Parts: sequence; structure tokens; C-alpha cells
Amino acid sequence: MNKFFLSLRMLRRNAKAGEARVLLVALFIAVMSVTTVAFFADRVESALNRQANELIAADAVVIADKPVPARFREEASRLKLDAAESITFPSMVAGDDSLGQGVNLAEIKAITAGFPLRGKIRIADQAGALDRIADGIPAPGTVWVPEILLTRIKVGVGEDLKVGAIRLKVAAVITKEPDSVLDYFGIAPRVMMNMQDLAATKLLQPGSRVTYRLLLAGVPKAVAEFVANFKGTLARGERVESVRDARAEVRVALERAQNFLGLAALLSVVLASVAVALAARRFSQRQLDGAAMMRCLGATSADIFALNFWQFMVMGLVACVLGTVAGFGAQSGLAATLASLFTVALPQPTIMPALQGLAIGMVLLLGFTLPPLLALRKVATLRVLRRDLDPFDAGASFAYLLGFVTLAGLIVWRAGDLKLGAIAVGGFLAALAIAGVAGWALIGAAASLRGATSGSWRYGIANMKRHAGGSLVQIMALGLGIMAMLMLTLVRTDLISRWQGTLAENMPNRFVVNIQTSQLAAVRGYFIERKLETPDLYPMVRGRLVEINDKKIIPTDFKDERAKRTLEREFNLSWAAKLQADNKILAGKFWDADTREKQFSVEEGVAKVLGIQLGDTLTYDIAGSKFTAAVTSLRKVEWDSFRANFFVIASPGVLEDYPASYITSFHLPPGNEAVVNGLVQRFPNLSVIDLSAIMAQVRTITDQVANAVSYVFMFALAAGLVVLYAAIASTQDERVFDAAIMRTLGASRRQMVVVQLAEFLAIGVLSGLIASAGAIILSMVLSDKVLNVPFSFNLWIPAIGVLGGGAGVAIAGLLGTRKAVNSAPLATIRALT
Amino acid sequence: MPDIFDKNKTTTMTDSAQSVPIIGVEHLCKQVTTSDGILIIVNNAHFSVAAGEAVAVVGASGSGKSTLLGLMAGLDTPTSGKVRINGEDLFALDEDGRARLRGRLVGFVFQSFQLLPSLTALENVMLPLELSGVADAEARARTILGRVGLGARVKHYPKQLSGGEQQRVAIARAFVTEPKLLFADEPTGNLDAKTGRVMIDLLFELNRERGTTLILVTHDLSLAGRCGRRLTIEAGVVSTEAQHAEMAM
Repeated sequence: MNKFFLSLRMLRRNAKAGEARVLLVALFIAVMSVTTVAFFADRVESALNRQANELIAADAVVIADKPVPARFREEASRLKLDAAESITFPSMVAGDDSLGQGVNLAEIKAITAGFPLRGKIRIADQAGALDRIADGIPAPGTVWVPEILLTRIKVGVGEDLKVGAIRLKVAAVITKEPDSVLDYFGIAPRVMMNMQDLAATKLLQPGSRVTYRLLLAGVPKAVAEFVANFKGTLARGERVESVRDARAEVRVALERAQNFLGLAALLSVVLASVAVALAARRFSQRQLDGAAMMRCLGATSADIFALNFWQFMVMGLVACVLGTVAGFGAQSGLAATLASLFTVALPQPTIMPALQGLAIGMVLLLGFTLPPLLALRKVATLRVLRRDLDPFDAGASFAYLLGFVTLAGLIVWRAGDLKLGAIAVGGFLAALAIAGVAGWALIGAAASLRGATSGSWRYGIANMKRHAGGSLVQIMALGLGIMAMLMLTLVRTDLISRWQGTLAENMPNRFVVNIQTSQLAAVRGYFIERKLETPDLYPMVRGRLVEINDKKIIPTDFKDERAKRTLEREFNLSWAAKLQADNKILAGKFWDADTREKQFSVEEGVAKVLGIQLGDTLTYDIAGSKFTAAVTSLRKVEWDSFRANFFVIASPGVLEDYPASYITSFHLPPGNEAVVNGLVQRFPNLSVIDLSAIMAQVRTITDQVANAVSYVFMFALAAGLVVLYAAIASTQDERVFDAAIMRTLGASRRQMVVVQLAEFLAIGVLSGLIASAGAIILSMVLSDKVLNVPFSFNLWIPAIGVLGGGAGVAIAGLLGTRKAVNSAPLATIRALT
Repeated sequence: MPDIFDKNKTTTMTDSAQSVPIIGVEHLCKQVTTSDGILIIVNNAHFSVAAGEAVAVVGASGSGKSTLLGLMAGLDTPTSGKVRINGEDLFALDEDGRARLRGRLVGFVFQSFQLLPSLTALENVMLPLELSGVADAEARARTILGRVGLGARVKHYPKQLSGGEQQRVAIARAFVTEPKLLFADEPTGNLDAKTGRVMIDLLFELNRERGTTLILVTHDLSLAGRCGRRLTIEAGVVSTEAQHAEMAM
């Protein structure tokens, strides 16, 4: 205990030293960055757990694409489960055209009394008014709608809304409803109506895309029995979901997002660990004399270890606690950035992320401070008489393996996936190795230029070569820091603007669906009358994929969630004589326009997910009859062209006999909304989807996610700066001492500045070279693999990397060593000997 | 006073002690391998020092004085030979064992003071007591700091003290554990002549008061003259000479 208090007293003074501050700040940033993401993830997790049954508004739900068969109702009644029903489908809704009110696509949700069985609907009497828990469901003849719909079509509470063939009065504004925790896909605003009014709307027609739900709630045992009874006996298009299933899907999406943010947060941990390692080494080096003296005074190696260990632990604990508190504050920023993705308020976080943050911080600290601490234990006592004895070189690099293993473990843990973690660790290692080799080669190359320089410049470059090991560590750390900064600033903006540049100005912004074959000529005529470009109309037949190569498909056999979902629902099939302009054949050959052969062309993404290959035969069930054809080509589709596109296209003359509807997309210049209103008035069965609204929402979500990632990357930027400082500070004593000796030997202030400048400039330029190369390679990979935009070389990256790196390091280095230039040499020498 | 200075350059031991020697050096050798071959730094040193003696180790720069001091205090290990402190074979102990023995029996005063910059004067003096787990460390440290004239500056950090004051703290730290043996390596080397004299007076005074054995490394012959005996080291060879009284082995 005595030693603990003694180390506290030593820490009081040592904590004021620069390296202690670097250690504190680096750990603080690492812990803050990790806990910010962890606190946020924890809140989302709590929301999911606490409000799990609100996700489906029930304890279990039967979902079907046809009216729910009676056997489900009978079984629910036998098990004494409460039941309610809902029917949802998309449809256009409209205000009064004569009042200048508009039309909009909506998600109609007709419900029976008792809905929701779990959770509450909250409504307000007016837009923006205080909301309350709804008492029951909309009365017959009325609807409840969200504020966004009212704003879009300029309809107020109390006014009428045209839903299909009838008009319903808007009675309240929905502020919150269960079964939509995440608003990712809430592209069409909800219109909630009473089931009794549904038939009168005449909107339910054969071929409509309708989802029927039977919601059930009751004692857990009865619910479990209900779910178990129907397992394995469900027909195609039917499924029974319990709370766990619903949560799993949302959770998978959220976990991916969290893992990504978690890995982004780990970048700052990686950078911080470099700073911690540099600072801990310098801190320990400064304790060498004291440790040797204490050995003289009778301290054992265990005493030396304990005294320094406690100092690190206390510093670490302080930094970790402060980092955790700051992380708690910062997570609310992250939550606010992503707020609109959630329709429920996130509960307060638990204590777990705090403990996690503390643990990560302390493990990181131990991993990177133990090597110098262990070396300190072995300090030669004779150092009290001969200062040149330094225990720091033997085996130190091997000891850092502990730090690396710690870090690798952290990365794999936070990635939440061994493969992803291994890729991240491997990438980090490869980057380090490449930077090391490149750094070494560059130092050698720069040193060979010595002959071409003179005077102070020669001495400065020689200095870098003389401390080749230290210079290499500095160049690698600085390179990493500069690369992080380049990626976060230049590369990021560059990539985003290039991606946005791929979105054309006049691309389609409206989709029209549900055009009947009999309406084709009239719809085309409508566009011609208004002197608008006649859009291409694509046929669409709904069918379910039932066999691949004559083998029956069981969706649950597929591990991939997307594959399961794709197979459980009906596909939209189309046919075409020629390949669309925004499609490209990757494998096989697209058929000739006059082909008589039955053929399929499949989009590459869905082919990959379902394991479909060229030459496979696919069997579809279309309205009860089966139809088989071979896959003769695989296509790449430019989805962001925002034109109608299909996963599977059939050759002409194959699908024409099946009932089809048509789809089209067109560009509506701003201010021409009357065209859409007129179209819907003339053809009430058409649904017009406002793509600009969807695109705005997609852009908002993309922006929010990008903001969240940038928010987390800010920590990496801060950590990068700390690395720069730590790297410069790590050899400061040596430089100050050299400068003092030179000063004593008569060097002028100018000569000394030039020596320092030459060395720092060389280190900065070499770091900048490595950083720029790394940033360019990463930018190539991101362009090609992630954003699918062509890579273009940005000259600013190497220019700013090399010039900025050189100038930044030179300025920071000169500032760090200005003491040597400005103070009396004897004072410097005395202070350091 | 008979001159018992031993001219035998094979470094024999002619020193003497009236009682059990506090330190016994037996055929001690230290050699290092350099690019020019083997370099002998201490060559077969053999002598002992009795409890309460004050011995000066003198010699030119590079003669091996500091190496000898390092070996006697167990700060360094010899190529061959033994050093016994209070009868205990230093090099039969491991590094930690030697540290514990120093904590129990040995004090140091160095030319460069070797104070810990992160501790105040008081804490520096308390340090050896705390390392050996003494309970009333603070009271004892305050007493001795008062004794060396720094009672009013106990809260100052080394940086805030003059060279002379720092050396006083170092002396207080050396004596606070009441060591049987005190090694002083050029204790006035970093001080001006006047301060150096004051410091030496203090050192000898405390030495007398507490009956400590003093081994003083110096190249200052007048300072060496204040010691009862002189060990001269020249090219690694140690010879001893009594200055005030004949001492028999």
C-alpha cells in the first residue's frame, strides 16, 4: 500500500510531463470513441429488447399474401388468444383537386378493433399539437394519417381524403405507431382506416400487392403452442412470426451498422495505441535514472515495477473514466444524428458500455505499457554512475507483440465477426509492413542524398539516418496519422462528390405502376397530349420462383436473409426484345429480338444470392401454372439510373399470355405536379410513386449515416493528431541535447533551425509519401468495390500529403524543439544529464 | 605516523581493521572486451574496511575509481573475486538480494545528486524508508532535513533548490536510513569550492555522529586527506595507505 501512495506522489509531478499528457489524451480519445458507439448501440439494443413485441404490435403474427385462412383463427380461438387483423397495401390517396390539394402514394392500413394488441398508437388532434394515446381505432368513415402526408397534399384535419372509390375524413394525426421502430422503408406515409370501410374503396383487386396479417397475443405458453402447431404446415406465401423472428431481422441490419461504426471507432483505438506506446516508452525512459537510483536505495525489481505500474494504472483509470463520461455525452450527438431513423425514443443506456470502455482502455494501456515497464525493471543500477547504460533495446520489439495481440483481439471482438475482424487485422498488419519497408527504403534513399546537400542540411539528414530505428517508427506513426487525415478530409469529399456526380440531372423522378394492358394506348396518349416525352412501358407479371434445375426450393434452406426474403415473396417478371440501355451482359448472350426460344436473363446480384448460374433452368409459378426456361445471360443493372428494372427478364412471346400490368418511369420537371394529378384523376387505378421524395429520403438516410460515420471518424482524426505529437515528442530529448551541444560548439540560431528543419522536413515528406500512397490505394479500392464509381487520380492527395506532411511535421517539430534553440545550452545539458 | 603505504603493485591487501570489517574486497577483478582486446579495469583488488573507518578512493580520471565503487556497492558485477558487506557475499545474492542488502546497510551520495525530480525534498528523503517499509518515515525525514538545514524547504522540488541544497537533500537521504556504510562519489564535483567545503563538513559531521563507515571517491587530495585512510587506484591497481594511524589487517 505504501508503494501505491508513493507512486501516487510520484505521479503528481510526472503527470505534468508532456508524455503523460499524450498518454492521457490518447487513452481518453480511444475510450471516448469506443464508448460513444457502445452507448449508442446499447440504447438501440435496449429499445429492441424493451419494445420487442411493439415491433410486430403483437406476440405473434400470421402474415399471408392472401386472406388469412380460417384455420389460423380457429386455432387462436381454441388457445384463447386475443386477435386483431390488418390489411396493408399501397395506393394513391388524393385531396380535393379544386382546392389545389395534391395526390400521393400511401400505405393503406385497414385495421380491426383491438389493434394494436401490444404497444400503443399515439395521435394528435392537429399537426404539431400535443399527442395522446389513441382510444381505439379510426371510426368508420375516418382515417388517421401522419403529418408528412398532410403537408405533401395540403390537406388538413377535418378535410376529406380520397381513398379509392370513397372519401374519408381525416380525424387525427398519427405521431407514433407500433410495428415500425425503424423508418428505413417507410417511404409511403401510412393511412390508417377502419376495416369496415375497406370494401367500399374497391381497391382490393386480383393482382394487388396486399399483405394480410392476423395479430395474436396471450399467455406466452399459448402463443408458443400456436407458433409450434403451424411450424412446417404453412402454405407458400404464409408465415408465422414471433417477437424473436421480427427482432432478428431488424437486429441483423442494426448489428451490421453497429459493427461498422464499431470498426470506425477502432481506427482511433489503433491510432491511440501508437500514441500510447510512444508515450509510455518515453515516460519509462524518463524514469530510468530514478529507477536506477531506487535500486541503489534498496528497491527490488518488483518495487520498481510496482511504483511505475501504479502510475500508469492511475493515469489510465483517470483517462478511461473521463473518456467514458465524455463518450456518454458524445453518444447523444450520434443518436441525434441518426434520430430520424427511429420512430421510438431510445431508452437511456445501461452501465455495460461504460464497463466495456474502461476495460478496453485498461487492456490497451497494459498491452502497450508493459513492454517499457518490464524493461524498466531491468534497469542497470550502475546507471547512477554511467548514464549511457540503456536497457530499452533488448527484446523490446518482441514485447510489443503483447500490445499487438491485445489490439488484434479488440478488433476481432468489436468487429463481431471473425472474418471481418481478421480482414481488419490483416489489413492493418499489411499496411504496417508495407509502410515499414517503404519507410526503411525511403530513409536509405534520403540518406544517399546527403552528398548532394551541404552544411546544416547534411547534418539534419544524417541525423535521420543515425536514428534510423526511431525515425522509422516516427515515419510510420506520422504516415498513419496523415493517412487518416487525408482519408477523412480529401478522399471522403472526393468520393462523395464523384458518387453524386453519377446521378444525372434529368433522371426519372416518378414511377407509375399498375397500368393495365387496356390502358396502354391511353396512357401514352396522355403524355403526347402534354408534349412530354413518351415513356417506355414495361410489362410486369408476378410469379414465384419454385424450382431451380427442377429441384424444389425451400426458402428456409438458404442461410442468407436476403435469399429467404426473395424466395418467400413473388417476383416481378418482365419480358423484352432488346436489352435496356442501362443493363450490361456479364455472362452469356442476350437473345435476338425475334427469338422463339424460352429464355431468362438474370440480374447478377440476385443470381449470386440464389446461387443461379448460366445454363440453370428456373421454374416459376404464375397464377397457379408452372413455367420453365433456361438462364442464357447474366446482367449487370445500374440501379441508380432510377429506371424500371427487373431481376428476371424473359424472352418475348413467353409471358404475354399471363395477366400483366405495366410500369414506367419518367422525369417530371419541377412545377408540373398537375400532370401527375391529372393522370391519377383520369386513371384512378394507377399508383404514382414520387421518386424525388424517395431519393430525398434515401439521400437523407445516406447523409445521416455518412454524418454518423464522420462523427465517429472525428475521433480518429483527433487520435491521428495525438500520434503526430507523440511521434515528434518521442525523440525530443535527444534533439534538444544535440542542439545544446551544437550551440555550445558555436552554432548560430539559424544553423540550428536549419538542422532541425532538414530532419523534420525529411521525416514529414517521407511520412506524407507513405500516407498519400496508402490513401490513393484505399481510395481506388473504395471507388471500385464499394461505390462503383470510376477511380480518378486526385493530384491533391499526394500534393497535400507530401507538402502538408512536410510542412506540418517541420512546424510541429520546430515548435517542439524551440526550447533547445532558445534556452542556454548549459541549462539544457544539465537538465538532461 | 609510520608510512604503511604498500608499494607492492600487485595490489595486495595491507590495510588493517581493528574489528570485523564492514566491507571485504577479495581478489576482485573487472575486465571488459573491447575491439582492441581485453581491458582490465580493476586488477585483483584485495582489502577490507573496518566499521567506522573513513576511506578515500583516489586516482586519476579513467583509473577505475567509479568502477571500484560500483563493484563494492554491488551496482556492477565483477569478472572474478568477492565483495562482502557485513560478512555477506554480495555476488552470491541476485540483483534483488543485493538491492535489499543496500536498502538495509548502504547509503549513497552522488556527484549529480540523483534526486527524483518528481518528488519533493521531503519525499526524496522518505523514499528509502518507504521502500523498506518503515512506519515513521515522514517524521524521520523531517528530522534529518532539519539537521542538514533544510527544515523550511521540505516541500520544494529538486528543480526549485540550488545545487548545494540538492546535495544536502541527497546527504539527508543517505543518512536517514542510518546506514552502516556510506558511499560518496565525488560529492562536491558539481558544487563551487565554498559550498563543497560546507557539504564535506556536514558529511563528516554526520559520519562521526552516527558512526557510519564512509567510502569517499574523489580526485581532490585535500578532501582525501580528511579521511583516515586512502586507497589509490592507478590503471586498475589498488594500493592502500593509512594516513592517521597504523591499521593492521
